Parts: sequence; structure tokens; C-alpha cells
Amino acid sequence: MATVETRTITKRFEGHTAVDGIDLLVKEGEFLVLLGPSGCGKTTLLRMLAGLETPTSGEVVIDSRIVTRLPPRARNIAMVFQSYALYPHLSVFKNIAFPLHAVGMPRDEIRKKVEWAASMFGIERLLERKPRQLSGGERQRVALARAVVREPVVFLLDEPLSNLDAKLRTAARDELQQFQRRLGTTTIYVTHDQVEAMGLGDRIAVLNEGRMHQLGTPLEVYGDPADTFVATFIGSPPMNLIESDHVITGFRPEQYLPRAAFAADEAVHALPFVVNRVENLGADRLVYGTLEPPSPQARVISRLPSTVTVAVQPGERHEFAVRIRDLKHFDGATGLKKPGPAR
Amino acid sequence: MTAAGGAAPRVPGWLHDEQRLGTLLLAPAIVYIAALVGFPFLLAVFYSVSDATVGSRGLNFVGLRNFREIFDDPVFWRSLQNAVVFTVASQLLVLVLGKMLAMALYKDFRGKWLVRFLILLPWVAPISLGSIGWLWILDPVYSIINWLLQALRVIGPTDRLIWLGQPELAMLSVIAVNVWRLLPLATVIILAGLSSIPQDIHDAAAVDGAGFWRHLFQITIPLVMPIMLVALLFGIVFTFTDMIVIYVLTRGGPYDTTQVLASYAFFTGIMGGDLATGAAISLFLFPLLVAAAILFLTVARRAEVA
Amino acid sequence: MQAGGLNVKAWIARTGHVALLTAFALFLAFPFYWMLVTAFKETTDLLNVRNNPFLFNAPPTLDNLRVLFGDTEFGIWILNTLQVGVLVVAITLLLSVPAGYALARLSGRWGHRLGIAIFLTYLVPPTILFIPFSRIISALGLQDSMWSLVLVYPSFTVPFCTWLLMGFFKTVPRDIEEAAMVDGLSRFGAFVKVVVPISSAGILTVVIFTLTLVMQEFVYGLTFITSSSHYTVSVGVPTFLVRGDVYFWGSLMGACLIVSIPIAVLYNLFVDRFVAGFTVGAVK
Repeated sequence: MATVETRTITKRFEGHTAVDGIDLLVKEGEFLVLLGPSGCGKTTLLRMLAGLETPTSGEVVIDSRIVTRLPPRARNIAMVFQSYALYPHLSVFKNIAFPLHAVGMPRDEIRKKVEWAASMFGIERLLERKPRQLSGGERQRVALARAVVREPVVFLLDEPLSNLDAKLRTAARDELQQFQRRLGTTTIYVTHDQVEAMGLGDRIAVLNEGRMHQLGTPLEVYGDPADTFVATFIGSPPMNLIESDHVITGFRPEQYLPRAAFAADEAVHALPFVVNRVENLGADRLVYGTLEPPSPQARVISRLPSTVTVAVQPGERHEFAVRIRDLKHFDGATGLKKPGPAR
Repeated sequence: MTAAGGAAPRVPGWLHDEQRLGTLLLAPAIVYIAALVGFPFLLAVFYSVSDATVGSRGLNFVGLRNFREIFDDPVFWRSLQNAVVFTVASQLLVLVLGKMLAMALYKDFRGKWLVRFLILLPWVAPISLGSIGWLWILDPVYSIINWLLQALRVIGPTDRLIWLGQPELAMLSVIAVNVWRLLPLATVIILAGLSSIPQDIHDAAAVDGAGFWRHLFQITIPLVMPIMLVALLFGIVFTFTDMIVIYVLTRGGPYDTTQVLASYAFFTGIMGGDLATGAAISLFLFPLLVAAAILFLTVARRAEVA
Repeated sequence: MQAGGLNVKAWIARTGHVALLTAFALFLAFPFYWMLVTAFKETTDLLNVRNNPFLFNAPPTLDNLRVLFGDTEFGIWILNTLQVGVLVVAITLLLSVPAGYALARLSGRWGHRLGIAIFLTYLVPPTILFIPFSRIISALGLQDSMWSLVLVYPSFTVPFCTWLLMGFFKTVPRDIEEAAMVDGLSRFGAFVKVVVPISSAGILTVVIFTLTLVMQEFVYGLTFITSSSHYTVSVGVPTFLVRGDVYFWGSLMGACLIVSIPIAVLYNLFVDRFVAGFTVGAVK
């Protein structure tokens, strides 16, 4: 268990800055998610933490040791790759044992450790198989076992669930979280899937174009986004944003409901609109529409839970509203959150 | 699948039948190969048990007489031994050097295209012409190597190494030239194999703590092995059956010390006119090819490592 | 302290790397450099044992090349080789393009095996077949004729090129052909009008490779051709120019260089594709 820290870490490739001066402090035992779209620098950042890339400037600190120039094996970390990177010519047993051989552990100790790691993920019966004989889920577990077996102080995970099919993914996500809680090892997890991030992370670092836009708990990044990028990246469907007079006002689809759904004395802001399209998803309905004047003619989305039974048809005009305290305000020029209570 | 309306071109029905089409497309090549490889091969077998010469009109069956004769011929055994030595020594060197060079070429660097061009030269140049270049370099009087050795005071000013005239040196020279011409191909093939290993695997090994040698011997080499075997296979076949390097450099001399099966077959059969004996000698190349073919098939089958 | 250690290691690794590459490049390329130097040296300079061979002790001269083109049949040999090359390329394409496609698309399981079998015939060396061939060729009356080579060369170009093309065609997505067939073409039509044009790079690679195989071939050329004006360049230079006791080294080296360099340049442009096609077929 260790803290992980980056100090103004930067990585520049030919003519392109992948990571631009990020300061990050990961607490002991924390499950931190690096979230962002492709190309935002999250994988580069992870690789610098692992020692697979050298930063152009800045420092990496693991367990209060400056490790910036140290090779991966001197950092006492373990990594799970998106492709799992299992050694195809070695059996599952030898795959898991590989890091232990590398440090010269005696044979019987290795056997014990491998069996312990394998039992943690329920793959004991697979030990003599080769990777190509395993399913995607089984391979993922072998990769995890290999990471765990050395008992490192930090786990680095690079989109380990993205190669699993959707059904498997939710189960795997659950198992992953439980296993991390059990071991209590500091974990840094990269993903572009914000549902995964929200589900797994103790805190989420939202990255875009090499910069960190916000670092906070899922509740914080969802309920109190630092700027319009975070506001629209997190949450599906994305937050509604309306620009007027250099101020961008935002509200989430599930906060945009028929006036009647709110209590009569609730302070709300009315935003009537015309319905364009309705998607009935079963548990919710998504209503797509365009705002009516005096609001700017912006497209908006409302998410109606099945408990709200108001009939909505395309072409109709409806009086929907948002609670005043649910409104978020952002600066029209910078996109940053405007401090202070909504008015 | 019928043509739509009158706009589509009208083709005979059989061009749609895939099975028929496949056979039709494949047939000319197969017929050609059967006629020009299969048939002459059978003929070679036939000649080896006959008394055919370049001048003779008819052919008589003579049983295994030719084979008995070559088994009594010390030059034949010498040729066989030389061929084996020549092949094993060349291939060992090619494999090791090729691996080293492939690893050196793995990463990108400035001027890589130039290095690659230079490295490929021995292979793209016609073998006979490249060998002539070496003939000049190894010339008894004007050898540049001798000149350099003298200039560096490794040998005396009147000493001369007759590279192609002294038995051990001749074999060494011939092996060196063969390595020279095969190294580019082996390197390129091994390099392709190296490039096919996903970077992730190297990263995982780095994170798992593998040092340079462990990484090389436990990860890289096992994963490149199938392709290295293919390169080895080609090398063995090209070397064991080759006569060009030896023909140009030594003509099999001095005194048959560099004679190999292929060159001996040539000198006996074509230059000497004794087709039957020549054919018999050359047939001894065949078992090796069968072994190589089997190896190749095994590799091709077991090649799925991922 | 750590940073310093890493830098020294990196420096050593890099110097070692450069040294290794230089050594190999020297070993492999030096003979050609030497051919270049020798080709332009005065013969008296070349044969003077006391001269430093690395220097041009007399000014460089084109005499050797003049002798080569003027007094020998070198030019004719080049023409012969090109003629044979073009014809062999045509025959090879005609046979192996359809065959490669058939193996890639139309043969299923046994297609791959058949492809390997065809490829293995490439391994049957000329040094087994040349003896029966010598009789076959004279029986056909093609002795000493360029046509003997045109007939026999495809026996090794076709197997290899079929294998290469099988690999190349396999990389063409099936969707494209199927789209063409939905649009009204037959399978054969899709092959001719869609797959072949898409694979033009692969086919070009095969053309280049066939040409180099033709230009390098020696054994059959030596066996079938007897008169000097009918030689191909790969055979003519060693047999005709290297005779007796006095070799015209300058011209000889010039000849070797003139033939090798264009092939090298051409080949270098295609070597990546060649290796890709070759290994796709093998390790798949």
C-alpha cells in the first residue's frame, strides 16, 4: 500500500504534448480512475507511472520515493494491460510465476504463491493450460493473478475490461472492485467508459488533451462539474447546456421534468419546449426537444423515469422546469464553473 | 446467381460455380509444375538407374550399378561430408548473426533505410556476380584482405594467405561467402518475426522484472522461434543444394576439398557427360529436402502461438 | 547518482549498437564498394602490388567500362536477360495469379495445404533437375536457345509466386468481393475487376521478385546455353570474362556492379511487402 504522486508531469512527443503538467496525488489504498476520451493522455500518464515512458519533465513519486528515472521492475508495481499481454508460449502457471522467477524466488515458494494468486481468482484448474485455450474472461483473471502474485504496492490497470463482451463486463467490474477492497492495494485504473469510472472509482480524474479537468469523487464530478467538458463527458445522455449572454447554464436530463412533477412551492426555473422525438427505453423515457422562446433555440433532452406518467408526443409543447438549485452555471468564454449559488 | 435485367454482362454458368472455377484457375499452374518439376524429377530417378550419357541415344536399365560406383568413389563421400559441414557451419553462423542483426535493426533510427539497403545487397545481387566480387577480394596476389593484414602487421610482408588455394582456408572462404549471401534474407525474416511480437508483451516482461538476458531467452527467442525455423529451413535448402558459390570460387578445389554434392553432380553429369552417375549423385540431395519439407509443415501447423 | 548511472549505460548501449551495425554493414556491403572502386581503376594501378589499393594511384578511368561494353558481349547478355525476364514474368503472372486467388478464396481447408505443397516444389533444387532437363531440352531442340530458359524458369517462379499471391489475396477483405457480386459481377468478374486492381501492389512485388529470380539464375543458364552470344548476364560474366589466367578485373567488377545495383534499388522498394506476403502465408 502506497501513495502515488505526479509532480507537474509532462510528456511531449514530436510536436504533440500528450500530458501537460499534471499534478496528481493518489491516496493509500485508493481506487483512482483516470477517465477521458481517446487521446487524452491517460494511457501515457499510466505508462509514465509504470516506467514504460520517461517524462519530458516532472517527477513520479511512489511510496514517497522519487522513481522517475527508475525502470519498471525497480518500482514494485504491477500492471494489467488492455490486451492482457499473457506470454503465449508459457502455461498459465508459468505466466503467473514469471515475475517471481525474475526476482529469484525459490521454487517451492513460487508454487505456493502461484496457487494462492490462482485461488483468489478461481483459476486453479487452468494452471496447465496455454493462454490461447482460455476465454477472454479467463485470460483477464490470469493477468490479474500475475499482477497480484508479487504483492506490489500499486496496481496499474489499462482498460482491462474493454475486451470483454458487455454481459461479462458488469460481472467482472463487480469482482474487480471486491478484490481491490479485499487487498486494499492502491489502484490506478484507466478507462474511457464513464459508467465504469463512476461505478469503480473512489475518486475520478477527468482528463482531456493532456490536462486534468477535475479530480473528485463520483458524486462530485457528476453533481458539481468543474467545467463544461466534465459536465458533458460524464452522464449519459449528457448535461443540457444553454448559452445566453456569455453564460452557459446547465442541467441534467433527469432534472428536467414536467412542472407538475415538482412540489408546488419548489423554486423552479421554467423552460418550455417543443418535443421532437421520444425514445422509450423501458425504465426511462428520453424526450428530445427544442426550447421555446424566450430561451435560446437550443436542443434539450429530458429523462423521464417510468414513475412520471405524463403523456408526451412529438410535436407537443410542454411546460418542463428545473429546480433552481440544480442549475449549474459556466463561463461562456472559458467553460469553467462559475462559483457562487445559482440565482 | 443470375444477372439482373439485361444490364449485367452475360457469362457462362460455369463461371459462377465456385468449385469449378477454383479448379479451373488452379489447373494451369499445377499442370505446369507437375510437368516441369514432377516429370524431370522422375526422370532423374530413372536416369540414376540407367546408363545415360550426354551422347547416348538409347537408355539401358542397369539397376543399382551407378550407386555402387559412387559409393566406391572417395570424392563422393568427400562431397557429402563437405556439403554437411558447409551447411551446418553456414547455418549456425547465419542464425546467430541474423538474430543479432535483426535485433539491432528492430528500433527505428536515423539512416535506417540506408543501412537496410546496404545490408540487403548480398542477397539481391545475382549470386554468381557477388561471388566474383569475392573472387577478387580473395585473389592470391591482389587480395585486399591480405593487404590489410599486412598493413596491420598481422602477417609478414612476404606472407600471403591463399584463401582459395589452401584446403582449410578454401572451406572457410566458401562458408564465409555463403554466410555473406544468406545473412540478409535471414535477417529480414527474423526481423519480421520480431516485429510481430506485440509491444505489450515486452512491456509486461519489463514490468514483471525481467532483465536483458531473461527477456531475450525466455520471451523474445521463444516467440521468434517459429520464424527463425523458417529462415533456417530456407538457409539449409539453399546451402545444401547450392553449387554456384563453389563453382565460381574454387570449382570444387583444391583437390575436391570444397567439392559438394551439387557441384560434383554438375561436373560429373554435365561437364563429364555421364548423366546417369550425375543423376545418382544429385538424388542424394533429396532426403534432405524431404526432411526440410516435414519440418516446414510442422512449423506451419504449430505456428499459432497467440 | 541514479541518473548518472543510467546515462552511462545508455551511452554504452548506443555505441555498441552503432558499432554492431557498422560492422555488419561493412561486412555485407564492402564487396560492392570494392567493386565500385575496382571498376574505375587503371589496370596498371590495380595490378601493381606495391600500390595502396584504397587509393586511386592513377586517376579514375572509364576504360574498363568501355572495354566491357565495346569488346565483350556484355550488352547482348543484358538484353538476353531482359528478354527472358519479361517473358518469364508474363508466364508466371498468367499462371500464378489465378492459382493464388483460387488457393486464397476457393479452396477451403485443403486449399491451405495445397498451397504449402505447391510452395514446397520451390525447394526442389535446380541441381537435381538440371540433369534430366539437359536431355529434355536437347530433345525439344531448344539447346542453346533463350526459349529453353523461358520454358524452364517458371518451374521455380510459379510455386513461389503462387504462395506469395495466396498471401496477398488473403488480405483483401471478402466484403469487397461480395459487394461486387451483389452488384452483379460473377465471382470471376469480381476477381478480375475488383481483387486484381486492389492487389496491384502485391502483384508488382511478385513481378519484381520474379525478375530478380530470373536475373540471379545460374545453374540452368550454364547447363542449357553454350554459345557466348546467347548467355544471360549471370552466366556470361563468370564463364566468359573469367577465363584463362588473365582476368580483366576492372571490367569484371564493373559488370557485376552494373547488374547488381538496379536490382538492389528496385528490390529495396518492395522488400517489406515481400516479407509480409511471405510470412503471412507461412505463419497463419
